[in-house]
Amino acid sequence: MGLGGSDMYRQQILDHYKSPRNYGEIEEPTFTHVGENPMCGDTIEMDVVLDDAEETIERVAFRGDGCAISQASASMLSEQLHGMSIEELDEMDRDDVVDMLGVDISPMRVKCAVLAEKVAQDGADIYFGELDVETTRTEEDDADVPDDAQ
Amino acid sequence: MSHSETEALDVESIRDEFPILDREFDGTPLVYLDNAATSQTPDQVIDSISHYYRHYNANVHRGLHQLSQEASIAYEEAHDRVAEFIGASGGRKEVVFTKNTTESMNTVAYAWGLAELGPGDEVVLTEMEHHAALVTWQQIAKKTGATVKFVEVDEDGRLDMDHARELITDDTEMVSVVHVSNTLGTVNPVSELADIAHDHDSLIFVDGAQSVPHMPVDVEAIDADFFAFSGHKMCGPTGVGVLYGKEHLLDAMQPYLYGGMMIEKVTFEDSTWHELPWKFEAGTPVISEGIALAEACDYLDSIGMERVHRHGTELAAYAYDRLQEFDDIEILGPGGDERAALVSFDMDDVHAHDVSEILNANGVAVRAGDHCTQPLHDKLGVSASTRASFYIYNTREEVDALVDALDQARELFA
Ligand SMILES: Cc1ncc(COP(=O)(O)O)c(C=O)c1O
Repeated sequence: MGLGGSDMYRQQILDHYKSPRNYGEIEEPTFTHVGENPMCGDTIEMDVVLDDAEETIERVAFRGDGCAISQASASMLSEQLHGMSIEELDEMDRDDVVDMLGVDISPMRVKCAVLAEKVAQDGADIYFGELDVETTRTEEDDADVPDDAQ
Repeated sequence: MSHSETEALDVESIRDEFPILDREFDGTPLVYLDNAATSQTPDQVIDSISHYYRHYNANVHRGLHQLSQEASIAYEEAHDRVAEFIGASGGRKEVVFTKNTTESMNTVAYAWGLAELGPGDEVVLTEMEHHAALVTWQQIAKKTGATVKFVEVDEDGRLDMDHARELITDDTEMVSVVHVSNTLGTVNPVSELADIAHDHDSLIFVDGAQSVPHMPVDVEAIDADFFAFSGHKMCGPTGVGVLYGKEHLLDAMQPYLYGGMMIEKVTFEDSTWHELPWKFEAGTPVISEGIALAEACDYLDSIGMERVHRHGTELAAYAYDRLQEFDDIEILGPGGDERAALVSFDMDDVHAHDVSEILNANGVAVRAGDHCTQPLHDKLGVSASTRASFYIYNTREEVDALVDALDQARELFA
């Protein structure tokens, strides 16, 4: 087909979209954070529980609404985050998300793909007092969103 | 006019005039169904731009040299041609060239609204306004203390005219209404709304971005005080839009942008303004684009706007019927024979961005999102919809290609 498009919707993506893992809420999370793609209307809200040392992610739950790429990405990330250190989370970038998804993401859709990752990172940064925002937005000035995605 | 108004369009020969329609993506032909966002451009219009730059590119109004005279005459006459196209008998005096519909709207909002609106005054919009009108009047109201009210859209996607009659009162100073909804495809009763507005000594601004490209429009028959549209949606180039205004209203308004070209006499202390429409065209204007827009009017008239209209509504009705066969598709807006040349829909279980991505993989270009009517989408309870919009070069086969590609999306997500 040559236009990317359908290739993006591999079985794994569709599976995570249709049956998202770790979907729901956690009663007393260490932190909760929400993010959105204002242009697309994708939203992700994520609850995270850290271990006592506050170094490692123990549990994650999310809920959201939006396209298959944004929601599948959140589901897959929620699995990856189990046992991940805050440091490792901090180091994640767009390429890691694309690797995780295992498909070529068209430039216009990178914003959808990285939303969950940004929500997790910003949520942690806010919790540790390194950031002060209410809602994460994946927008043009976002380092994880390539220039040609605008 | 070279064709009878009743004859069907010769779509094959029309397609030959649009070089971009030959594009293929790895063998998949382009099916361009995003015409409400921007239309494609025929050779005749592309050639007029190229001819301008090759033969008489010069600044207008200023120079006495031959090129400047040629450019000035062509640019000024383009205003007359556009005036004729929309039935503005005042000619160029009633036609201001802007950048687009949005700038036309802002010109009136700033030049008229800031001066005339104040606390207690009301601006009546509709829930189906494009952001071009909605955001502009909302913000001007904030600056002036005026109030914005919205005529409701009923379940079928039509304006609730009883509500309109209720909202438009002697406190109303401006009614700003979209002629054809770019999301619902609804054709609004704008001349009836103009009567209601005028009964209460209000002005009416009609957003014709989706009507002028698709149907015969007569601004005087509507009795619009202001009317706006964009060149790039009607076979013209990007970068030029039109603000029509009744001469006596434009005359009474102060300019919105200041600078060269729009002045008559300037001293260090004060300035006076050039005559209409130049008073509203500060700086070097959209010369090649304006001339090409007049060419686009010629092109559309050579086909015949009645025929353009019929072709669009027939395709939309066909698309409506085909899409309605599916239980998982909800079409926004009124039924088949009453809609303009577009169909927006929401597909169960498949987000509009995923739909458009899969359509794109099949060469089908559509719009996905809120189409700059976010509050309307909120009201309808859909976060994003997919819109297929048609023009003179589209065919039933292309509608079929759309439906087939939707099948693919349905299968993938089943
Ligand atoms: C109804 C309507 N109004 C206004 C606009 C704005 O047009 P432009 O972007 O050319 O200013 C559009 C098109 O996007 C439209 O469909």
